[in-house]
Amino acid sequence: MQSRQPVTVDGNEAAASIAHRLSEVIAIYPITPASPMGELADAWSAQGRTNIFGAVPDVIEMQSEAGAAATVHGALQTGALSTTFTASQGLLLMIPTMYKIAGELTPTVFHISARTIATHCLSIFGDHSDVMACRQCGWAMLCSNSVQEAHDLALVAHAATLETRVPFVHFFDGFRTSHEVNKIEQLADDDLRSMIDPACVEAHRARSLDPDRPVLRGSAQNPDVFFQAREACNRFYDAVPSLVQAKMDQFAALTGREYHLFQYEGAPDAQRVIVMMGSGVGAVAEALKVLTDRGEKVGLLKVRLYRPFAVEAFIKALPRTVRTIAVLDRTKEPGAMGEPLYQDVVTALAEQWPNGSNGHPRPVVIGGRYGLSSKEFTPAMAARVFHELSSEQPKQHFTIGIIDDVTHLSLKWDEEFTTEGSDVTRAVFYGLGSDGTVGATKNSVKIIGENTPLYAQGYFVYDSKKAGSVTISHLRFSPRPIDSTYLIERANFVACHQFQFLERLDMLQLADPEATFLLNSPFGPDEVWGRLPREVQQQIIDKRLKFYVVDGYSVAQMAGMAGRFNTAMQTCFFALANVLPREQAVEKIKESIRKTYGRRGESVLQSNWAAVDGALASLHQVEVPAEATSTTHRLPAISVTGNQMDAFIERVTAMLLSGQGDRLPVSALPVDGTFPTNTARFEKRSIAIDIPIWDKNLCTQCGLCALVCPHAAIRMKAFPSQACEAAPKSFQSKPYAAKELPDYLMTIQVAPDDCTGCGVCVDVCPAKSKEVVKHKAINMEAKLPHLATERENFDFFLQIPEFDRTSAKIDTVKGSQLLQPLFEFSGACAGCGETPYLKLLSQLFGDRAVIGNATGCSSIYGGNLPTTPWAQNALGRGPAWNNSLFEDTAEFGLGLRMAIDQKQGYAQYLLAQLSGQLGDGLVQQLIESSQTNEAELAQQRQRVAALRKRLTRINSPDAKRLDAIADSLVKRSVWIVGGDGWAYDIGYGGLDHVLTTGRDVNILVLDTGVYSNTGGQASKATFRGAVAKFASGGKASRKKDLGMMAVAYGNVYVGQVAMGANPAQTIRTFQEAESYHGPSLILAYSHCIAHGINMTTSMGHQKDAVNCGFWPLYHFDPRQAQSGGQSFRLDSHKPKTRFRDFAMLEGRFAMLARSNPEHAERLFALAQRDIDDQWRYYEQMAAIDRGGSTSPAPAESATNADVNGDSIPSPKTTNPVAL
Amino acid sequence: MNVDLSTRYLGQNLVNPLGASAGPLTGRLDSLRRLQDAGAAVAVLPSLFEEQIQHDEQELERLYEYQAESFAESLSFFPELENYNTGPRGYLKYLETAKRAVSIPLIGSLNGCSSSGWVRYAKAIQNAGADALELNIYFVPTNPEMTSTDVENRYVQLVAQVCQSVSIPVGVKLGQNFSSLPHFARRLVYAGAAGLVLFNRYLEADIDLESLTFKPDLILSHRHEARVPIRWIAILRDQINASLAATGGVHRTQGIIKLLLAGADVTFMTSVLLLKGPDFLRTLLVDLARWLEEHEYSSVEQLKGSMSRGNAPDPGQLERANYMQALIEYSPHRREPHFD
Repeated sequence: MQSRQPVTVDGNEAAASIAHRLSEVIAIYPITPASPMGELADAWSAQGRTNIFGAVPDVIEMQSEAGAAATVHGALQTGALSTTFTASQGLLLMIPTMYKIAGELTPTVFHISARTIATHCLSIFGDHSDVMACRQCGWAMLCSNSVQEAHDLALVAHAATLETRVPFVHFFDGFRTSHEVNKIEQLADDDLRSMIDPACVEAHRARSLDPDRPVLRGSAQNPDVFFQAREACNRFYDAVPSLVQAKMDQFAALTGREYHLFQYEGAPDAQRVIVMMGSGVGAVAEALKVLTDRGEKVGLLKVRLYRPFAVEAFIKALPRTVRTIAVLDRTKEPGAMGEPLYQDVVTALAEQWPNGSNGHPRPVVIGGRYGLSSKEFTPAMAARVFHELSSEQPKQHFTIGIIDDVTHLSLKWDEEFTTEGSDVTRAVFYGLGSDGTVGATKNSVKIIGENTPLYAQGYFVYDSKKAGSVTISHLRFSPRPIDSTYLIERANFVACHQFQFLERLDMLQLADPEATFLLNSPFGPDEVWGRLPREVQQQIIDKRLKFYVVDGYSVAQMAGMAGRFNTAMQTCFFALANVLPREQAVEKIKESIRKTYGRRGESVLQSNWAAVDGALASLHQVEVPAEATSTTHRLPAISVTGNQMDAFIERVTAMLLSGQGDRLPVSALPVDGTFPTNTARFEKRSIAIDIPIWDKNLCTQCGLCALVCPHAAIRMKAFPSQACEAAPKSFQSKPYAAKELPDYLMTIQVAPDDCTGCGVCVDVCPAKSKEVVKHKAINMEAKLPHLATERENFDFFLQIPEFDRTSAKIDTVKGSQLLQPLFEFSGACAGCGETPYLKLLSQLFGDRAVIGNATGCSSIYGGNLPTTPWAQNALGRGPAWNNSLFEDTAEFGLGLRMAIDQKQGYAQYLLAQLSGQLGDGLVQQLIESSQTNEAELAQQRQRVAALRKRLTRINSPDAKRLDAIADSLVKRSVWIVGGDGWAYDIGYGGLDHVLTTGRDVNILVLDTGVYSNTGGQASKATFRGAVAKFASGGKASRKKDLGMMAVAYGNVYVGQVAMGANPAQTIRTFQEAESYHGPSLILAYSHCIAHGINMTTSMGHQKDAVNCGFWPLYHFDPRQAQSGGQSFRLDSHKPKTRFRDFAMLEGRFAMLARSNPEHAERLFALAQRDIDDQWRYYEQMAAIDRGGSTSPAPAESATNADVNGDSIPSPKTTNPVAL
Repeated sequence: MNVDLSTRYLGQNLVNPLGASAGPLTGRLDSLRRLQDAGAAVAVLPSLFEEQIQHDEQELERLYEYQAESFAESLSFFPELENYNTGPRGYLKYLETAKRAVSIPLIGSLNGCSSSGWVRYAKAIQNAGADALELNIYFVPTNPEMTSTDVENRYVQLVAQVCQSVSIPVGVKLGQNFSSLPHFARRLVYAGAAGLVLFNRYLEADIDLESLTFKPDLILSHRHEARVPIRWIAILRDQINASLAATGGVHRTQGIIKLLLAGADVTFMTSVLLLKGPDFLRTLLVDLARWLEEHEYSSVEQLKGSMSRGNAPDPGQLERANYMQALIEYSPHRREPHFD
């Protein structure tokens, strides 16, 4: 028998390790937080890692979770052992197939990182709403409560499904378990072999579809037999609990770890018991220990096998002495009598509690909800639930963990209650995303876990921003296994890896008295005290903290790894935490560095090692004065003056921004998920080190800097010279270069606190000094010396009235950039390639845009609380935005359009009805206005205002109805926005359908060529030869030509753009697409971190992509076909460079060329062939003369839209529906 | 033909004085074989650039770490691969393969940027089977505080460190911009260099007139460039005890003969072979043998250095005065000077 190794892994890896070793076909699709399981399986197979049968599992990425489930279904039917991984909506998409798999009694395991289902909002975090939504499918459901269990019970599930023929959902809590790093004992292949019965595998294979012994499965049945057939499977389900327990027993004999269907712990004569499943049992168990030590009669019943619910085993597991039971559900079912586990428990007790016998009455059961969307669930909350159980009338259907001041269901808990052991090292590290803090602390967990007898746990909290995010790492080390499934509340070590955090985060609130505080400080031990905010000084004094500083920046700089001081900080942690002897710690850190970075090269290794050696020499203790003397204070969470802040912002947004969202009561939150827009401006994160500074003397007023800025943090404005009269002295302006506006000035202004310092604006600036070539019209300069003046300048800039839209030449770069961006300061990655397009959209159409946004990067930086970048103009107009799902966005957007059309049609009907009272002239103008330009739109708005005024004088129901929908008479611009994962893969069916409807929707695909939001998995937009997750050997197949597929319909406007290559074409395409009264599809090349490029020079990469034919620019305008023109036009030149030359400049391709040169050469040659072939095809398309041809036929289903684009849709005046 | 073409360079017996210097042709097995088949007696493999390796490694690191562990949904952006082929592994593997593929001596070439790197990679190249090592030292001083002595000391120190750490002969490829080349050359030899390669041709940055940026660019040598090594080889030949190799501008048989006359042990070429193909070596070799025979030389050894500064009848022409002479005598109608 092979020996078992202690490993330090997260729950995803723990489960995937078993799944990969026990499967032959694995179908995958990315979704947080389950993606790492698929990524690992894919990577392991790519490396040739075999399963226990000696074969390399065949891993395939599908177009959606529905596709993954169906592929698994097929593979199972032909006799393979097959699995998949998913969560949340992904699991919901699998449900139809899950019914089939179960109905056919097919053994498989789906591993689920349980995650919240989107309701009033999306949430990536953990609860049981997804797994509970498939409890009716006929699958066994096995719950793991910890990382070790995710490993162990994954094996039990695989073994049991083969024994029982019932498919298993094996689930564990998303993030809390899936992403918690913990020390576990890894099962050896021999363990797996001994648990899997070969006879069951053979039986599974024998049932497979095989033409040598053909059968039919999946028949259609009639009322005569369906019912009976459905009941025929009962015995299999009846057998599941005992067979699972038998496997658990076999496992216990093998490993010594004992599992039960329902596992009880606590007082044997407990009177109060909590029943629950999932990671929360860790917190309950800790509370339980404290309470039982006090002599309280309490217990915990952990549910492991949730389906089939083994009532007998459940009753048996409960102590007969129990009087009250609290069932905790990590899900919410509005309108139900209680949540699922609660209802099961009630039913079980009602059915089988031996009532009255031996004097044990049936216990009282209450149900409660906790931990939705990874809401913290702590021992203090568990203790409160136990306390509630002792009250005379325990609260039914309570909640714990929140303050419910509306329906008053919540229990208030004692925040001082703690169960943290004194022998546990509890360390909290505050870092900035990508400064390496999380990576280093993960290493620390591994070092301790794998080199000492200590147990180690790491859990990592990230904020909602992609750029400049704050990360908080929670580490525990203990001589005992760590089941503390909640964040550290009292740390004996706090490290701040970013000095500037002290200004805005109260991190020392977590510090225990006499804890150690390690600060990464550019100021030495003698100078640092005076640099601390007064509040921090006071905390250090009051808590008698041991205060150390290290100049990690300098250590990293000296070691040749500027900016990445994580290694230095990690070394200092070990030096101070005394978890290991210092010398041994240093040795282990270096060893760990070799493991982590060794593959990346000797120089990387040497730099890290140098940082280790340099760190200790730079570590100093600070002598703490007796009094706080600082005159600086922590900054307020929200930087706005009172008159800008409405009540909601003040009550809710400010709390979210200050990290106090947990303290908001139920009454503070919208009941339906509706939030105000225009809020990103309140979030001044000030994350840039350098910002662009304008040199007006060189500026040519081209507007490119403003166009490409991903964050709307550099802006152009033209204004009458008198608008500048009250300007601050430092405010810069110059005469505006436009003959028609001789008295105008213009300026380029940076928003210093909103800039991320990406430098894209400077990179694209074409105006160079004649004397000093590197000096441009804007230049990145250190922010601090400019901060105060630029803040003042930007505030003034905002007060200058916006340029009149009706007189701007908005079809030019310069003109478009005079329009106010209504998408600003997003939390997207610095240098993001998507956001400039959205900003442009918002400038051109934002004040009348309705946006349906697919889940993905754009829904996260667009709609992740606490704030949104979607903004409003001075009149309060701006994009209205919603995200339905990942897979349904096109259809959702179509619905938006249809309702708007319907409203407009009804309004026009009502206008006609009321024309006598309103005046025929106004009515006619309102109906007939073409609204094809800004001036006409402005006139229509004036007409609507006039209409409203007149309606007030008419007292009739129709007038009221018309007043309610009169705004729809102003043209609305409907946009369907998403990434390539949505458009090419999961949402393609819907997108394709919407294209055929002929409706006036504008579809913007932000094409990064990968699933960017989930970390760069391949999509069908991934180019051949690119390395991506799920395509670690390089994408082997050709990129799907979505544009040409749409062109084939003939009535879809299609444009392919790349802002960095041809901004004018981009702007023109947006305008043409929007003006087309049918479906429009814009494919926008969007660079991404997953391309492996320097984001500062990203626009240059776009140009290179176009120049080599990788991304040809074109547009197809069906209107041209009708008018005898050229409908398909190439907007870029014949490729001038070779693909290989472009590819070697991007990490996604160069990585393959380096790791597998021969394979890369093959794929690159094929990619070149793709490009050549595509270009030839496009040239031929561009040569087709459609002049005089009949106009493209409208789609049959088109009803209200003019697919040919030559007139406004005619209003529907029959059968109006009141809205 | 009875002329003995053999020579000796960096401790290696060569069948003739024609070698292929570091370049694209020696970087591929097929062209390396063709060079050998055409008569190349020795080949220098392309340089292992430490700086390039470090750059690759750091870039790879940057790629993986940039924005990693920042956002809960995308903790990384690339799959971890088994092998990134960073570091010298690819180079060393090629060297090992090349050693098996051809029988001529192979010289590894190293361009380092740190003292530890020089030594580490020199050892690795030796262990991979190189018959000798060429150090391709290139340092551009930009700091006015740094004296020419500082620069020379840096070179000498590196050469000494490498020579002490390997047992194979070490040649040093030099640029021509040293204040006193003979003195410096002697210091290098004292430090352990077994040979000098004169002269290195560097990537010189060009300016792109549209983007107003520097663009690295390498242009092929011209045959006139051979005049510089002729002068310095003739000057050094009698004064240092080390192999001397000529490189840069070696395009024609006449040039090769002149370099040998000056005192070169071997003449290395790249540009002409890129232009005319590896088989051109065969022509050069035949012409060399014919010239020697016609001029009644019995061996290359006899020819080598027979016009060194010590052996030439008019060594003064190697000194500054001949520059003035050339200017005075130059006219547009005159044919090119007699080299080549």
